[in-house]
Amino acid sequence: MRDTTPAVPAQARRTTGGIGESTLRPDGIPKVTGEFAYASDLWHEDMLWGFTLRSPHAHARIRSVDVSGALATPGVHAVMTHDDLPAATRYGLEIQDTPVLADGVVRHHGEPVALVAADHPETARRAAARIVVDYEQLPVVTDEKTATAPGAPVLHPGRTDDHAPHVAHPNIVHRQPVVRGDVAAAKARADVVVTGEYEMGMQDQAFLGPESGLAVPAEDGGVDLFIATQWLHADLRQIAPVLGLPEDKVRMTLSGVGGAFGGREDLSMQAHACLLALRTGRPVKIVYNRFESFFGHVHRHPAKLAYEHGATRDGRLLYMTCRIVLDGGAYASSSPAVVGNAASLSAGPYEIPSVDIEALALYTNNPPCGAMRGFGAVQACFAYEAQMDRLAAALEMDPVEFRRRNAMSQGSVMPTGQVVDAPAPVAELLRRVKAMPLPPERQWESAGGAPDVRALPGGLSNTTHGEGVVRGIGYAVGIKNVGFSEGFDDYSTARVRLEAAGSEVVATVHTAMAEVGQGGVTVHTQIARTELGVARVVLHPADTRVGSAGSTSASRQTYVTGGAVRRACEKAREEVFERGRARFGTYHPAWATAELLLEGGKVVTDGGEVLADLADVLGDEAVEAEVEWRHRPTEPFDPHTGQGFGHVQYSFAAHRAVVEVDTELGLVKVVELACAQDVGKALNPLSVAGQIQGGTTQGLGLAVMEEIVVDPVTAKVRNPSFTDYLIPTILDTPAIPVDILELADTHAPYGLRGVGEAPTLSSTPAVVAAVRQATGLALTRVPVRPEHLTGT
Amino acid sequence: MDFLRPADWEEALAAKAAHPSAVPIAGGTDVMVEINFDHRRPEYLLDLNRVGELHEWQTDGPDVRLGAAVPYTRILDHLRPELPGLALAAHTVGSPQIRNRGSVGGNLGAASPAGDSHPALLAAGADVEVQSVRGTRLIPVEEFYTGVKRNALAPDELIRAVRIRRATGPQQFSKVGTRNAMVIAVCAFGIALHPENRTVRTGIGSAAPTPVRARVAEEFLAAALEEGGLWESGAAVPPSVAAHFAELAAGACNPIDDVRGSAAYRRRAVAVMARRTLGWVWDAYRHDQGRGARCA
Amino acid sequence: MRVNFTVNGRPQEADDVWEGESLLYVLRERLGLPGSKNACEQGECGSCTVRLDGVPVCACLVAAGQAEGREVVTVEGLAGRSGAAEGELSVVQRAFVDAGAVQCGFCTPGLLVAADDLLERVPQPSDADIREALSGNLCRCTGYEKILDAVRLAAARTGEAG
Repeated sequence: MRDTTPAVPAQARRTTGGIGESTLRPDGIPKVTGEFAYASDLWHEDMLWGFTLRSPHAHARIRSVDVSGALATPGVHAVMTHDDLPAATRYGLEIQDTPVLADGVVRHHGEPVALVAADHPETARRAAARIVVDYEQLPVVTDEKTATAPGAPVLHPGRTDDHAPHVAHPNIVHRQPVVRGDVAAAKARADVVVTGEYEMGMQDQAFLGPESGLAVPAEDGGVDLFIATQWLHADLRQIAPVLGLPEDKVRMTLSGVGGAFGGREDLSMQAHACLLALRTGRPVKIVYNRFESFFGHVHRHPAKLAYEHGATRDGRLLYMTCRIVLDGGAYASSSPAVVGNAASLSAGPYEIPSVDIEALALYTNNPPCGAMRGFGAVQACFAYEAQMDRLAAALEMDPVEFRRRNAMSQGSVMPTGQVVDAPAPVAELLRRVKAMPLPPERQWESAGGAPDVRALPGGLSNTTHGEGVVRGIGYAVGIKNVGFSEGFDDYSTARVRLEAAGSEVVATVHTAMAEVGQGGVTVHTQIARTELGVARVVLHPADTRVGSAGSTSASRQTYVTGGAVRRACEKAREEVFERGRARFGTYHPAWATAELLLEGGKVVTDGGEVLADLADVLGDEAVEAEVEWRHRPTEPFDPHTGQGFGHVQYSFAAHRAVVEVDTELGLVKVVELACAQDVGKALNPLSVAGQIQGGTTQGLGLAVMEEIVVDPVTAKVRNPSFTDYLIPTILDTPAIPVDILELADTHAPYGLRGVGEAPTLSSTPAVVAAVRQATGLALTRVPVRPEHLTGT
Repeated sequence: MDFLRPADWEEALAAKAAHPSAVPIAGGTDVMVEINFDHRRPEYLLDLNRVGELHEWQTDGPDVRLGAAVPYTRILDHLRPELPGLALAAHTVGSPQIRNRGSVGGNLGAASPAGDSHPALLAAGADVEVQSVRGTRLIPVEEFYTGVKRNALAPDELIRAVRIRRATGPQQFSKVGTRNAMVIAVCAFGIALHPENRTVRTGIGSAAPTPVRARVAEEFLAAALEEGGLWESGAAVPPSVAAHFAELAAGACNPIDDVRGSAAYRRRAVAVMARRTLGWVWDAYRHDQGRGARCA
Repeated sequence: MRVNFTVNGRPQEADDVWEGESLLYVLRERLGLPGSKNACEQGECGSCTVRLDGVPVCACLVAAGQAEGREVVTVEGLAGRSGAAEGELSVVQRAFVDAGAVQCGFCTPGLLVAADDLLERVPQPSDADIREALSGNLCRCTGYEKILDAVRLAAARTGEAG
């Protein structure tokens, strides 16, 4: 089901395999044959294996480190600690607070302390086990109370970052208020006031391809790094100072990336592999196993959220106040941006005249948290959607009708004062998702036979044959920003080359975009075909020989790098026309008078007349174009009022969840999870549906099973494995019908809207709302555990 | 580390006698996890894959003699009529890939309280056939589990087979996990009706340091069935009896709070599973009775 | 130690194998066959699924020495099977590409081996059959819908061809 698209530019009208088609992935075939080289598949002659010794404590002073036993182990080529670092000793995405190797203090369980390079992974592990570290354990801070208590240990004394002056305590990374309207006056007018306190556990990205890479020392003293990451140039900016090398001596090439979801935005083993390679003069490969992966990347911020809403009797929202406390863990990572999102999007996709909002992130001794799909907005959406249901219940209104009555639309004003200047079809998405046919009841029943437990809560575990099973239906809708916000210079670079190979013309697209599975590579070939009218598009491997493409995150790559590719193609096309006019213009007046297009390898007029073969225009000389492309600028939020044009674009998705709950055992089966999303323009509808279904499933996982459990006393991770950190299997994941709406955002290339994150937001609250309906329970925390449903 | 590859059972016993610290490995679904995650570095790995008889079973006696390394998938595919409870339990083990490699012998060797086959073995009634160069012992399965991940094997002994009572009545198995597939038990419950001697046996997994039977519940239920003449009449089990049975089953638990579930939840879940599985087996028994009567 | 076994129909020998190595490690690091993936190394994701004497197993949980003398089929051995010509994609592989079942692709090799086994056993599986057969293979990208589509498509195409 898709709506049709508005005006298509002439150049886009007649292409095969261009935008709007569900063309297949260019990397699909190597991925199904097993030939596609992921970072962990790399191999080099004389390669050594790197291994990381990690802290067993969440907070400790390191009195001494004795590496002699490790160094004496046969097969070991290097052991490195903080004392062996050649240059910068800290790095960070925004705040350089993260030690490359622990510098006398460890601040979280699993923090890297030492590195070993050896001829076999087992040799490296055994050597690491011989490193003697003398720890003096320190008291831990694990939440707002302990982190800001008088006398609490300050985790990062002497902060000099930009946020430090605005926070009340040095263990607060960043705090963002947003105030608008007159809450006190609105409260006086409210007929109904609803308050709620909510909590979200720590979710993990759980990408399947573990952190890995291969660093190869070069003869010029530099290093070549083949790596799975989300942003090559951000890595480069952080790695080069650690190695003490200029950036041009650190050459990075993207390897196959086995998923990311935010978890590869920060460095993991990048600098470590390079350090060991430069130290040993040998190629060094590091591959984390699943256990280590849980310590090797940041997670989704756990959050505590307190909300209050007031509404009139006829169901109009008057005001909202909220306080969102995010646990950033030991290092800042992207906490400041997560705070900005949580604060600015905390009201949800609703018109609320008066707000008083506060969001902050803490430094604690818990595992560091940072980027994960939908960050900041996911936490808020769970809470405000629960509030919407409570308000609807208090007003005895249908929850969808209540939402539609308050839904924002184009022209609405955000709590930040920003006017939403593109379609915001919130009510329409809700209408569509509600209009979808409901799945049949009691699908486990077969004619006369035994119940099919695969269709019941508990699944194969055979816990119910229908006893205790109650159906529930829930709705939710969310709002997410697209792209980097708050004044960040968010740009992408693209280089396009057109050249004739015999009678065929080949377009080569070169960007540093990290393909992490999202299908950016597919979209780039489609854009090039559309803009250049050629069939054959080759993608140059992503590397740092071209300028930055920004991060594969914030739903921004199709928008920003896609925009850059489009602009580079346009530039190349203009040059082709210039060259054609110079070469052939005298033969046909249309060269000067008609609108020219590239189509089917030819230069044609808008009327379809062929003027020349593209190959003839090009001759022996390729056309090359490179651009840096930016979306329209944003501005920082005011530190006191939160006002400002902070976000470049918003995206919206709505979900309807149908669940069946075994109310006696507290087990949940999600029967269907329908989604309607506005994508502006689906450049590749197949990929768009895949993004929506994948994001929806991650939201389902957060709703009912996914949580990194951190011991509240020791701050140690209790379940760093796929045995105890559970993500949905195919038996947990229901049918996910998708309704794609395409209302163009005229500010964006092709009218598109970033797709990846919005479906992760509303999925979780929709599932929980359905479970609430089935059970009648309040359920203020996710993931919902059987204990919550059974009162045990 | 040394890798010992005995070609047959005799060689395997000899190797275990010579190297009592050797860790037997068959499907590898427990041992290899411990090696991959560096939790264990045994001096010797004793590979049992080449010992053919461990992969065989015999059904000609009153017991099914199940070779220690018979994969769960084979139990599911071939032994459902004889071992219905164990087949149900086998279906809940890990994933299809794990069921293709994992075995009851491995479950017993690891002796994790969360092992899926234990409740089914306890409910059906079984003896573990263990051997060493010194000879053979038959250990009643109840006595086999001696503590968390500890069992009654002597250092030189290997598990040859499990002798499981062939089902004479309906059996059921139920397991709670927080995912609908590929999940470790938060707790599990097995039940078997033994109409030939009018007894009921149970097994509970993951709700005490070892797998246990709910003996008080079994005795209560047997008495109630007897007293009510239910074995003959095939009448429904009164809800009050089922409820008390469930309560006594929960009382047999001695669970802990851990990352997979709380002790209170485990008690509750065992009670629910006990009540439900009793209902299922009794319905099946009544159904069989009715059919028997009609046939006669 | 030395291990000899057959991979995708070819005899292979690995030398100096550490006794604690898994079949997965030997395939990936010693035999140049990294198609089978190392996502969890604890039998909880299925990314390393291979056929061992015809049976789908997690290669991470097979000790290298246990593969001695046995036959292993990996994702690299799927092309050219199931009636497809040498080097051509198998029906299941083609269907995964066509249905959009591949995103990051890290789970794909294991899913292909498991789906190939399913369709061999059950040529026209129900949705519930597909879900059960693939319940040991985690995917984090797709939400599984397109994977179901792919297996349905492969079954339909096989049915048409057969």
